[in-house]
Formats: sequence, structure tokens, C-alpha cells
Amino acid sequence: MIRIPCPFCGVRDHSEFSYGGDGSVQYPALEASSQDWHDAVFQRDNICGMQTETWQHVNGCRMWLLVERDTMTHEIRSVRPAQTGLTTALEAIK
Amino acid sequence: MTATRLNTGGRIDRSRRVTFSWDGKTIEGFEGDTLASALMASGQQILGRSFKYHRPRGVMSAGVEESGAIVTLGEGAYLDPNVKATTQEVFSGLSAKGQNAWPNVRCDAGAVLGLFGRFFSAGFYYKTFMGLPPFEWGRGTGIWMQYEKLIRKAAGMGEASRAADPDHYDHSHAYCDVLVVGSGPAGLSAALAAAKKGKDVILIEQDFELGGDYLNQSDPVVELKRATLVDALKAAGVRIMTRTTAFGLYDFGTAGLLERVTDHLSVKPLHQPRQRFWTVRAESTILATGALERLVAFTNNDRPGVMTANAARSYLNRFGVLPGQDIVITTNNDSVYRTAVDLVKAGAKVTVVDLRTELSNTLLNKMSQVGVVVKTGLAPLKALGRKIVSGVQLARPNGTQWIADDVLSCDLLLVSGGWSPVVNLQSHRGSKPIWNAKDACFLPGKCNDNVTMAGSAAGYWQNDDCEASGLAAASLAMGEDVKPPSAVGWERPLKPLYEVRIAGQKTKSFVDPQHDVTASDVRLAHQEGFVSVEHLKRYTTLGMATDQGKMGNIIGLALMADALGKEIPDVGTTRFRPPYTPIAIGALAGRNTGEHFKPLRRTPMHDWNLKHGATMTEAGLWHRPWYFARPGETLNEAYIREATTVRETLGICDVSSLGKIAVQGPDASEFLNRIYTNAFAKLPVGKARYGIMLRDDGMVMDDGTTWRLSENSFLMTTTTTNAGKVMVWLEELLQLRWPELRVHVSSVSDQWGGVSIAGPKARTAIASCLEDAGVIAAENLPFMGVRKTTLKGGIDCLIARISFSGELAYEIYVSADHGEAMMDLLWDAAKPMGGCLYGLEALGTLRIEKGHVTGAELDGRVTIDDAGLGQMASTKKAFIGSALRQRPELTRSDRAQLVGIFPKNRNQTFNGGALLCEKENVKGFGEGWVTAVTHSPALGHWIGLGYVTGGHAAWQNQTLIASDPTRAGEIEVEIVSPHMFDPKGERMHG
Ligand SMILES: [Zn+2]
Repeated sequence: MIRIPCPFCGVRDHSEFSYGGDGSVQYPALEASSQDWHDAVFQRDNICGMQTETWQHVNGCRMWLLVERDTMTHEIRSVRPAQTGLTTALEAIK
Repeated sequence: MTATRLNTGGRIDRSRRVTFSWDGKTIEGFEGDTLASALMASGQQILGRSFKYHRPRGVMSAGVEESGAIVTLGEGAYLDPNVKATTQEVFSGLSAKGQNAWPNVRCDAGAVLGLFGRFFSAGFYYKTFMGLPPFEWGRGTGIWMQYEKLIRKAAGMGEASRAADPDHYDHSHAYCDVLVVGSGPAGLSAALAAAKKGKDVILIEQDFELGGDYLNQSDPVVELKRATLVDALKAAGVRIMTRTTAFGLYDFGTAGLLERVTDHLSVKPLHQPRQRFWTVRAESTILATGALERLVAFTNNDRPGVMTANAARSYLNRFGVLPGQDIVITTNNDSVYRTAVDLVKAGAKVTVVDLRTELSNTLLNKMSQVGVVVKTGLAPLKALGRKIVSGVQLARPNGTQWIADDVLSCDLLLVSGGWSPVVNLQSHRGSKPIWNAKDACFLPGKCNDNVTMAGSAAGYWQNDDCEASGLAAASLAMGEDVKPPSAVGWERPLKPLYEVRIAGQKTKSFVDPQHDVTASDVRLAHQEGFVSVEHLKRYTTLGMATDQGKMGNIIGLALMADALGKEIPDVGTTRFRPPYTPIAIGALAGRNTGEHFKPLRRTPMHDWNLKHGATMTEAGLWHRPWYFARPGETLNEAYIREATTVRETLGICDVSSLGKIAVQGPDASEFLNRIYTNAFAKLPVGKARYGIMLRDDGMVMDDGTTWRLSENSFLMTTTTTNAGKVMVWLEELLQLRWPELRVHVSSVSDQWGGVSIAGPKARTAIASCLEDAGVIAAENLPFMGVRKTTLKGGIDCLIARISFSGELAYEIYVSADHGEAMMDLLWDAAKPMGGCLYGLEALGTLRIEKGHVTGAELDGRVTIDDAGLGQMASTKKAFIGSALRQRPELTRSDRAQLVGIFPKNRNQTFNGGALLCEKENVKGFGEGWVTAVTHSPALGHWIGLGYVTGGHAAWQNQTLIASDPTRAGEIEVEIVSPHMFDPKGERMHG
């Protein structure tokens, strides 16, 4: 059972979260070409090691998080809010 | 084996007799007995029949590794098969019986199968499938079909009850600093050391008593030490859980435990579950799980009367049972000598047969002093005796071969082939055990988790060393820099021994007795090329029985290594997986069974619907009215009447389960404009619009209407089933992709009770329920209009004029608390007008007649064009999915498209799920499929919706076959436009 330290709620079991996907993907503008969208939606690396993922604390604060997780060991290196403004706000109150 | 209960000694309570039944016979034991010790003491020798060959089996061990004494407990629905008699406590009223035997284990008709051994050798099933020469060359499946039933009946474990499990189970959670698994010398010391340093400690023991190996000793000094440690643990506040197995270790210090709460009680308290499934999260874990003594493969090594040497020590010292009178102990290591001394003191005649020749004079003198005869340089070749052991044929090594030697008579043959540390739990964490050639065993390897092994599980063989390693483990677990003590090991080195046989002799010597896997099976697997351990395991089923290879794995590996001419570590080992011992499915399910299997969602009008005669159906987690039958009406009669009534007068339907999301903020309209395929930016206040949203990949995700309540406030509705998914999607978009949008979304599905009123008289009925009837006049509330207003009695509500049925229709939403009051008002108005209540079935009829899509059509594989809604995709703006819906594969004109379906013979019906095929070409996936079928009262016959390649235009005036081979067979159908009723939509605009 993976345990994820939610920046808003504290350490919780992964059963409270739902996995989103590859957190490194930059989605293109809606007007962008099919090719750009194809790459963003379908092209994925299959990383053996540390990767950035999106998770939602769906049975908690419902915030989307960026989680650095090792795919081999489940080690969680870092967790931060996906919304950049919130990361800045959390830094400020530290 | 002529076991006797001693008058003194052991940990049983002789003042408390326990009466239980074995195969219908009444047997007495004492409190503190296991089923195995009590049966042994009462002279029962054959307790089971083996898996494939129905060979008689007796007690082979004194613990969870047992492969012989496997029995069935309980009666009727409480039947519990494959219980190890060696771990089950006896209690008054316990009912146990032998299994896999008829009429009973002592006299089993199936034993004749043993004579046909060749049919059951390794790979039997595979070969039989392929054809078993010479009976059926290449026609294996045929013979298999005939004999499968017979074989399945003959070969197997105990039978489970066919009734539902009547017991109940609980789930529990716990947290601690240090979790200690095992309460032997190492575990007790470790737990106490950690507790003394102020740590919150949980100590787990699968047995019903704390002490591990301490319990197998008769020395009062040892017992004093044990009792002192246990008292100290209790004083230090350690949480102690006996009868609890740590069956698995998982990520982040999580352990799975099974606590057997009432399995040992005559009277099971009603307030207690049978078992409790624990999830424990520990900062650090210490595994003091001990080691298991191994048997050796030799002929008939499974005869009742053959058991591990340490088991005899346990039966003698713990249970006061002397398991034999005339005992031979065969060994390759030091551990048996203490047992030999104990057995002689208890009055038995004991001969130790040691494979090693270089024993010290001190030991030999000591043995001869107490009267133990020691023979060296010998090993067991064959257990003698037809059903029960009566002697042993010995052999001596000669180079790499064996030569037969003396025969010794005996009534109990004890075997020690060395010890295997229980590294299973650490292996669950992916740690690879390391082969230790000196002690001929796998020792724990490196583990990345905060898991420390201690005691004999880590290769410490003496109690003192185990205690020291426990202390060190506690320090390590707390992050202190401590070096584990060096293991003293055995006084004289062990001599590896796995199998004794004379080449060329065909015999049965068991490697995995529980699955009847023999040494020849392993060699056969090697001969046939199944040489990797994983293949060996699957081909022979070695290690796949309920003991998961606790007894046999190492011997199997050794034999394979020998066949390959390799060393054991080069052959490798399979990874252990949870559970360590079997777990009832009921324990995993806990309370999540029956009605509690998943949560039930009720609409605010749930009770009202029931009171008014609703038959309910499931829609996701929701219960929704299916139909409202009048007395004597069937489902079909009811929904056809309801649908007819809606088209003729009016009907009322609870639609509260629809997803409802409040979308608010200055950028709300921009947000909606990006997620819906059609334009939302300029939706006026007081108007609703039907919208479709796509996924990134261009497929349809969901549909529904969204109402603009004010400049910055919208109420979005979603389908019932996708409400949660859409909410998550909106949150993802706002937080991850468009953080600049000033929009807030919140789910308000449970805040509103919603009802649909549809039919020509809908407006009149609603008008009589409003405080201001004028609000609903056509000019004040046009098609797709939304108004805030008040129902009679001052109930605030939202009214939207939207239609799913194709009739003049409205949806009214009130706060959930007012749901029933709203229903009362509306029903009082509608009933005298000839209106009806209608459910999901009639709702389906009405929408199928109109060709409106729902989840059956929007199944995640269709584009907006496939669903016939392409005109709703804006060409003037970009939206989610607008780029990828243009992919060539998604724009082909021969894609399956939404169509209406009529049976060619209008009196016929057909089924949802049928495939649509060309008349002379009924095969494969066909040309399409049927998604929904209903009887249409408006058209007077059965109709359906579905998808067909090329759509309606491609198949006009042609006949297709709706093929449904398992139900209705083949029905001729015609493809029509999906808009089967009122195609111009004149009725809803009325
Ligand atoms: Zn949270």
C-alpha cells in the first residue's frame, strides 16, 4: 500500500487517491494541430525509475497533485499541488 | 506409531477435558491440545488421504507446514475444508473429519488410483489434452472430456460447502512504531527491547501461545524465562495478538494480518466476527518468523509414522504425547540430539541414524550415557510398512550412489533434513534470499524496506543467539548503528541431504507430499525440458498446494540442480507471494457483502416512489424506479402503459440521480465553451442548452443539458453513471491545464431533487402547482427556457423546459428536503388528469422511439458523428477533442453509425446485444450491433437502436439479420432512421 503525503491533508493511503497519468505532459493549445495533440495524448515513455505522475486526492481534498514516484520501488520523492499558484501559496505560508 | 499420552508434562491442562468428534467418533483431548496432538494421543494414525494417489497420511509436522493431517471441520454451511490439524485448537463440540477419501481415510476406495501412478505423473493434464498414446493419438480432448469428471472427483482436496458463508468477518486497522512478527526467543526479546525504548509495539503470533521454540522445551528454567519475558512485555504495554498470522508484507511498512477470533471457541459470541482482517502500518518491521525443519526424499517418506524430528519434540514437551515407543531418528545435523534425549527420558527406545561420520566423542558418550543408540554414515532409503511405518531400510553413500544397508524396525521414523528459515514475508517485498551452502538453506537477502530479520529466520540456530539477534534487530529497527551478532551455527557442520535412492529403482519418494509431487516427477520435468524453476513449478505443481512449498521447495530445487549438474543458487528460487497461510475469502470481503458490497444511493424521493408502487432497479450505485405496476401487471404491460400515458396525457419520473455540477465564476462560460463541442459562450441567462463533451482523443465522453442561471453561474447536468467521472475531469482541466480560468466547480447532485413531467398535459398539471401559474405559460417559458420560481407552499424551485421523451416536458428541481413535498403536489395534480408515474423502462421506450442516445450508445468507442450528432460539433471554435476527432480513422464514411431497427415481420421481437449481419454472411463481428430494444406503443411493434457500418443510408431497403445465437437465434430486421417517432420534433415544441 503506497502512502502519499498530500500537501493539504497529510500522509494518506493510496486508496484515497486516484491515479491520473503522466505528469510531464504539456498539453498543446486547443487550436493546435492533430499531430501535436496526437503526441500529447498517445506518446508515453515507459519509465523504469523516477517519474512524475498526476494523482487526485479524490476521497480527500480533491486536489490534483504532481507526484514523483519510483516505478520500481514505489518510493515517493516529492508531492506538490498541480496548480502552480497553490504551490507558490504553500511556499509562502511555510 | 503407537502414541501415548503421558501422565505428566506438557502445557495441556489435564483438569479440563475436551470432547470432540472425529469421523463421527467421540474423542477426548485436553485444553491446550491441537487437533493433531489429541488425535495422536487417542491412537488415530491415518488422518488424511493424499491429493492424487489417495495414499494414507498421518501427522508429519507440528505446525503450518503440515502436509499430512489436513482435515475438514464443521458441518453444513460451516464446512471448512483443508484445515491443518496441527494448528487447529481442540474445543468441546469440534467436529472434524477426514477428506479426499471414501468411505473414510482409513479405508479408502480411491487408493486403487495409486496403482495407476503413471496417469498422474508430472504434466498429466497437459499430455492428456494433447492426446495420450496409445489410446488416442492426437485426440486428447475427447478422452479428457470423458474422464475429467472422474479425475476431478478422485483427485483433490476437501470439498467446500455450497451454501453461502454464514459467518461474519471484520476489517480493522492499526498503526505502530515497531511490528514484531513471531514470539519465539528472537521475537520476544526484540519486542521487549523496542518497548523499553518507548516504542509503540505490536507483537504478532500465529500460535495460541507466546514462546515459539521455548514451548517445545521441557526445561523449567526455559519456561521461567519465557514467562518473565511475556510478563515484561505486558507491563511495557506491548499490544499482543495471538492466533494472528501476518500473511503478507506490502509497500510502506504495511502488513496484512488475519486474526482468528472465534475459531477455537465452542460457543462463538454473537458480537464477535469469526476472523478479523487487519491492515497494520508500521514504521519498522521485525520478522522473527522462525525456521521449518525439512524432510528428505526417500521411498514411502509419506507413510503415517514419518514426521520431522522437531515435531516429535513438540508433541512430547508441549502436548505430553509420546508419539512412538520404538523410534528411529535420521538426520544430517545436530538439532535432533536434544529430541533424542527427551524421547528416551520419556521412556522410548531411540536410535539416531546420522549421515555424518565425524561426530565428537563428547556427543557420542553423552548419548550412550542416556541410552540413545547412534549409528553413523547412514540415511533412510525406504520406510517399511504397508499402511503404517513398521521399520526403515537404511543406505550408505558410495561415491555419488547409495548402497542398501541394515533394516531397523520402528514405530516412528523421525527425519531431519536441515532447516529452512521462513523468509517468505521478506520475499513478498521483492528481496531475493541468498543460498548458504554451509547450512544448506536460503538466508534473508538485502531488503530496501525497513524490515529486519531476527532469530532462526535469519540463520541463528541456538536460543541464546536468537535472543541476541532479537535485541540487535530492535536496535536496527530504531535506526541505531548496530552490528548483528555473528551466528555460532551448528557445533558440527550439517551434511546436505535431499534424496536417498538407488538408481534405476522406481519408487515413490515425495518432494511435495501435499500435491503428491515425487522426486521422479522433478526428473521427468527436467527430461522434458522444464528446467527453469518457474516451469518446474507449473509443470509438476511443486509448491502450489496450500502450504506453498514450505516443505518441498528446497528439495525440488536440489533435485533439479542435481539433474542439471548445477549448484542450487544457480537454479534459482521462486518468489514467495502472499498469503503465507490460506485466508478465507470471507475475511478479505469483511463486511462488504450482500447489501454492503457497494454503497446504495437513494434519491430524495426514494421512499415516496416505493410508497407509490415502484419496482426498483439499479443504475450504477443508485436505486431508481423501474416501473410502477398496477395490480396484476407485468413489467411489459406496465412500461407500455406508462409510455402510452406519457404520449397521451402526462407522466412523472424521478430524475434526481442525474449528475449536477455547479459551474461558477467570471470565466465559467469560457470554460464551458472549451469543454462542450457546441457554442456556450453566448448562452443567454435563463436558457438551457444540450451539450456533448468529448475526451482528448475525440471520442464522446458524456452529454447533458447545462442551464445558465446568472451571468457567472451555471448548473451542468450529466448522465447518472458519468457524474463522478465528469466532475474529476473538470477538476483536472481547471487545476492542471487551465489554472488561469477563474472558475469553481462543485458537485451538487445530492443537493437537488429532480423530476421530469412529460406529456401534452404537463403544462396544465404544473401550472396548478405553482404559486404564479403564469410563469409556465409558453411565452414566459419557451422551449429550453429556465426559470426560478415557487411551488405552492413556498417551495423554491428551478423549472427548465427540456425534453428527453420528445413530448412537451419540464424538469423541476427543488432542494432535496422538499423532494417528497414536490412529488405530492405534482401527483395530486396529475392523477385526476389521467397521468401516471413512470420508471426507467418507459423512459427508455420514449427515448428509443426518438433516437436519443444514452450510455448504451455512448459506450466510449463512438465519435460524435457515429452517434449522429455531428452537427453539434462547432466548426467555428476549438474544444477538447476537436483536433483528434479529425483523425482519418475516425472520419471514414463506413464507420458504424447510429440507426433505428425494425423487425421485418413486425410481430417479432429481437434482443439488445445481437450482432447485425448480412443475410448470407452471419459470422464474425458482422456489420453492426444492437444497443437497445423496446416495444414501441407509438409504432405498435418492437423497435431498436444500434450501429451499422455506413449508417442508415448504406442499408436502406435491405434486410439484415439480428444474430443472437445463444438466445433468440436469427431475426430478419430492417434499418431505418434513428428518429423513429415524430422526426420533426413538433410535439415538444407544442
Ligand atoms: Zn488532500
